[in-house]
Amino acid sequence: MIAGLYIDGNSVLHRAQAGPKILAMVALGTGVFMVPDWPVVSLVLASVIALYRLSGFGWRVIIAQIRPMAWLLAIFFAVQLWLNDWQAGLLVITRIAAIVMFASLITLTTKTSDMLASLERALRPLKPLGVNPEKVSLAISMVLRFIPVIATVASEIRDAQRARGLDRSILAMIVPLIIRTLKMADDVADAIEARSFD
Amino acid sequence: MIRFENVSVQFDQRRVLENIDLALGEKRIGIIGANGSGKSTLVRLLNGLQTATSGRVLVDDLDPAKDGRKVRRHVGFVFQNPDNQIVYPVVEEDLAFGLKALKLPRDEINHRIDEILARYDLLDFKTHPSHLLSGGQKQLLAISGVLVMAPRYVVFDEPTTLLDLRNRNRVERAIADLDQTVITVSHDLDLIAEYDRVLVIENGRIAVDDRPAVAIARYREMMA
Amino acid sequence: MLYNGNGNRYMKTKDIVYIALFAALTAVLGLFPPITLPITGVPVTAQSLGPMLAGAILGARRGGLSIVLFLVLVALGLPLLSGGRGGFGVMIGVTGGFIFGWAVSAFVIGLLIEKFWNSLNVIKAALSIAFGGIVVLYALGNAWVAVVAEISYWQATVGAAPFLIGDVIKVAIATAACLAVRKSYPLISKSA
Repeated sequence: MIAGLYIDGNSVLHRAQAGPKILAMVALGTGVFMVPDWPVVSLVLASVIALYRLSGFGWRVIIAQIRPMAWLLAIFFAVQLWLNDWQAGLLVITRIAAIVMFASLITLTTKTSDMLASLERALRPLKPLGVNPEKVSLAISMVLRFIPVIATVASEIRDAQRARGLDRSILAMIVPLIIRTLKMADDVADAIEARSFD
Repeated sequence: MIRFENVSVQFDQRRVLENIDLALGEKRIGIIGANGSGKSTLVRLLNGLQTATSGRVLVDDLDPAKDGRKVRRHVGFVFQNPDNQIVYPVVEEDLAFGLKALKLPRDEINHRIDEILARYDLLDFKTHPSHLLSGGQKQLLAISGVLVMAPRYVVFDEPTTLLDLRNRNRVERAIADLDQTVITVSHDLDLIAEYDRVLVIENGRIAVDDRPAVAIARYREMMA
Repeated sequence: MLYNGNGNRYMKTKDIVYIALFAALTAVLGLFPPITLPITGVPVTAQSLGPMLAGAILGARRGGLSIVLFLVLVALGLPLLSGGRGGFGVMIGVTGGFIFGWAVSAFVIGLLIEKFWNSLNVIKAALSIAFGGIVVLYALGNAWVAVVAEISYWQATVGAAPFLIGDVIKVAIATAACLAVRKSYPLISKSA
């Protein structure tokens, strides 16, 4: 199965429930937009980084979270410097960094299965609106089941097309892939029906 | 007891099955026929995956077209390609799938899963990703997924077509050992050679209905 | 279709499977290595083909839901976005508007394709996919960038422009795929 981004640990954040953590994320995201003040937001960012340390993560993990957005943040800072001043630039980049880093921290400290359990709990009140939590979890499981199957079919098709000299055409890959997996989906639906799911 | 009463099936303009009348009470029933002869459609009528255009089908006096859910509980279905039958990413989750729908207690579900996995030497794979099993193991998992539901009938639709010889033999043995009534659609004539009764379907009609030796010999003549 | 006798329940199971299939397809498209465009150096990933294909092949409701399902899995912490990214961080990051926009984009594409279904041709399909997959998507994505970076909407649009080349190519691919699949495996009914 596909491994989640969760990193094992035993900190307060690791032990906390997914629901409250997600609420905290929403609160922090809203908060940093309500206070357009760079020293405050920088303090929030510093606290988020401290939370990483408290949750048992080393600097390598922290830098790995910052690196993918570093060039974008640099551009945003430069744009603000050009349009306004460096304080505005600092506000923009510390705000983005604080939100993204906190959100990533939630993902790093929450198991996919716990996340799923809270999702199912959150969906339960929506049942009268036609949302069926069992069908949602069936769909989620099926995606995880389909990913390796589709990847295998894709490489089979690529080999077949390569043998015909069509290996540069994405279309020659994607159309047969869709048709074959749609046929598979029909069979899977039959099999689910045959196993008396309703 | 399975009955077909004057059953016809039509897709658009094409008649796939025509006026089928049958009473099936044997324990091992084989169905053979050319591609497109209507044999798969015939067995799909048994659990309501297909409904008759006219006439009716009765499985233990229940009509799959009306009591689909009840009938499906008693009629298990194993398809040609196990990849299309395994729904869940982990072996035990897949086996639990049908059982959860029955609202069985957790202990009972676990018990049944262990029992069936032990039967097919798959216990070591209980928590494995299902896509990492070999072709033969996948087909045995698909069969297990059907058997945990404790059906009275098991329908196999070309269960060995995609398997190599060794796995073909494993699946053949697994089918032979079943207590259930078995209905097998197959191009693999050896698979049904020891059955009680074999039907040959040709152009939507039952061309031959006899002992395997006779039916298979006639089928070979027809296909020559 | 063939399975009319079993009524709604059957169709619903099939719909769930199709929805899961296109969510998985979108994830698999993220596994293909990105192509870097010459001169600009902009990376183009195959993943954003997913929402276009989902909408154009499954229609509005199922197409939109398949991308929502994909995003749920990403939110659960699975690294299914191209480059093995995932989790809340990427989703609410700078490009979050584009990621959430995928679901809207699939829905809008589906809506248009359904509307034109009976008389669908290359031009109508391409315009439908381009409208949902570029106009709607960029509108949402750029608005999000404008808010988090505190720049004007126009500036965000200029910044995103280099990515247009890749998306135009994807519209062409999705159009051809949608028409090919429509011929051999139509899933949007005429009444839809």
